[in-house]
Amino acid sequence: MNTRVSLFVTCIVDQVFPQVGIAITEVLERLGYQVHFPKAQTCCGQPAFNSGYSDEARKIARHFLEVFRDSETIIVPSGSCTSMIVHHFADLFEHEPKLLAEAHALEPRVWEFSRFLLEVAQVEDVGARFDGVVTYHDSCHALRELHIHSGPRKLLAKVRGLTFAEMGAAEECCGFGGTFSIKFPEVSGAMARTKIDSIQKTGASTVVSIDSSCLMQLQGVIDRAGLPIRTMHLAEVLASQ
Amino acid sequence: MNAPEADIQQAIDDPRLQLAIYTATGRLIDHRANVVSAEALPHYQDLRSEAHAIKKHTIENLDYYLEQLESNVIAHGGKVVYCRTGQEAADFVLDLAKKRGVHMLVKSKSMTSEEIHFNERLEEHQLEAVETDLGEYILQLAHQRPYHIVAPALHLTRYDVADVFTKELGVENEVVIEKQTKIARNVLRRKFLDAGIGVSGANFLIADSGAIVVVENEGNARLSTSVPKIHIAIAGIEKAIPRAQDLAVFLNLLGRSATGQPLTVYTSFLSGPRRENEIDGPDEFYLLLLDNGRTKLLADPVKRQSLYCIRCGACLNHCPVYRKIGGHNYPWVYSGPIGAIITPQFHGVTSDTWLPFASSLCGACAEVCPVKIEIPKVLLKLREEVTEARRKSDSDGLERFAFQLFAWIATHPKIYLLLASLGSIFFPLTPKIGPLKKWASQRTLPEPAKQSFHQWWAARRPKS
Repeated sequence: MNTRVSLFVTCIVDQVFPQVGIAITEVLERLGYQVHFPKAQTCCGQPAFNSGYSDEARKIARHFLEVFRDSETIIVPSGSCTSMIVHHFADLFEHEPKLLAEAHALEPRVWEFSRFLLEVAQVEDVGARFDGVVTYHDSCHALRELHIHSGPRKLLAKVRGLTFAEMGAAEECCGFGGTFSIKFPEVSGAMARTKIDSIQKTGASTVVSIDSSCLMQLQGVIDRAGLPIRTMHLAEVLASQ
Repeated sequence: MNAPEADIQQAIDDPRLQLAIYTATGRLIDHRANVVSAEALPHYQDLRSEAHAIKKHTIENLDYYLEQLESNVIAHGGKVVYCRTGQEAADFVLDLAKKRGVHMLVKSKSMTSEEIHFNERLEEHQLEAVETDLGEYILQLAHQRPYHIVAPALHLTRYDVADVFTKELGVENEVVIEKQTKIARNVLRRKFLDAGIGVSGANFLIADSGAIVVVENEGNARLSTSVPKIHIAIAGIEKAIPRAQDLAVFLNLLGRSATGQPLTVYTSFLSGPRRENEIDGPDEFYLLLLDNGRTKLLADPVKRQSLYCIRCGACLNHCPVYRKIGGHNYPWVYSGPIGAIITPQFHGVTSDTWLPFASSLCGACAEVCPVKIEIPKVLLKLREEVTEARRKSDSDGLERFAFQLFAWIATHPKIYLLLASLGSIFFPLTPKIGPLKKWASQRTLPEPAKQSFHQWWAARRPKS
């Protein structure tokens, strides 16, 4: 078994939620993987791509291709960034055959973290312990572009001490949407409040997702409302012992 | 046109409106889910793929199918009129009404006629057009445009309707829905009998048979198209489908996606005027084929998908943005995700086109679209066009500069690391202005991380 894996932490985890990257490193190493972190990595380009700046996104995507050229397995703690790489790099390089081929060659090597655990490492129980009632928020791009739905729930089900409570409309958007959150803050905030209503109804004290950007949005609105709910990336729960 | 921020805020802050929207769309979501489930319709996903393929083929060969349709309509004794604009369609109807001495016409529900402000154009020339779909009739009395493409009065409660009827019809305040329906029926039955022309839309135009198909639940479309002496159908050119048998796909999807009905109550196949040996139907039949900007959408393979839409409204019901801002904050009669992609394409993309950005790109719309329009992909394409329009008109402000700077930093790892070590990518030293202020308007800012992951890694594994 090839145990060397590369980690792409994403810009938001690097800058705002480094504990998520640390948790992934711990889980992977505990499972016997040798984690490699290419130091020249930055961002996948999604903020620019989703805002209509393809040229800028293309530059960043090209940088990504260079940085991860020699990585056989790339693990990403985000459904959204994974989808950007495996689905939208090809859109960006539509008219550049060489880079398009490189983008296509990259696609099967990029793994969202929970999917890697289940499909490559083939573990459901990573030996975690987490006491409390937990609910799960399906992030949109993970759910609809990567079709990740039951995987994270399976991993949570094996965590000792954890009681899982499914929320209503778990698949409804949290309202983040990148620059949407600052272009239409009032709509974005209202969407988050609807989501948080669903979370509160479960009685869970922790809401888990596989995208830190959704969690940043939810935690921001939760804190503004002063609610006793905390958000955690799946990796953080799985690293808990 | 800029986003109507104050009106959007008002819709979000109106608990009664929010309840009306959430209740109605929630019911439509649940009903649809029940009839497209794997148990209820095992081949649902195959039907969607097939519907997409048929629409794709038809739109790519539209010239052929429109000609075939036209010759078959003529063979049935009908007439086909190509209308480049809404004005041309209205002018044709006005002219015909004048020639036949018609002063009043009845209409069944038609978004295409809403699109061209049909009623207003006729009323300018003293030709009365009466809406006969209950929701549309309520809105006509209330002088409002549809809130939703399938459920036009979705935002009104029965108490609102009672007030509208009392004010406009002079009846006693009646809040029981069945009795309200009876009030409308009493008025409208007379109108059906008196009208000289019946106007309908069309859900499908069958090229190989020349029939038009109208689906509905109230029976008003059947009356509108068969009681008056003249029937005029107004339909966008994209409504053509090649064969009658394709309806096996589309009728299975339309009612289910729209209202959660396996089939609507009425499905009418209308093939021209009454023949000699038939006992009912109109004496004259006209099919007005409307362009009104549709041909502009044909050029681009991604954007032309917008013409596949069968107007089921499922994308509206499932859209978290539509459910917050409601139907009237969209600038055109088509609201929700489909409105967000077709409005800029029909009206032209300019530097202040805002609709494509009013989306979190969650993709719930595309997931439920019965003809698999890639709505998020079209939104992204339109976003690019808007930023390009802004570049050309020099109106992109700091945004372009910000993304150029971001791209430069993200492609220069050493600079990225340096700035990151200063904590300046996400937490500029500046106080809450610009994007941060917008963020903080709704949310508490996250605590800055004490060290980035890059820094943690470097400290953990000293350079070997």
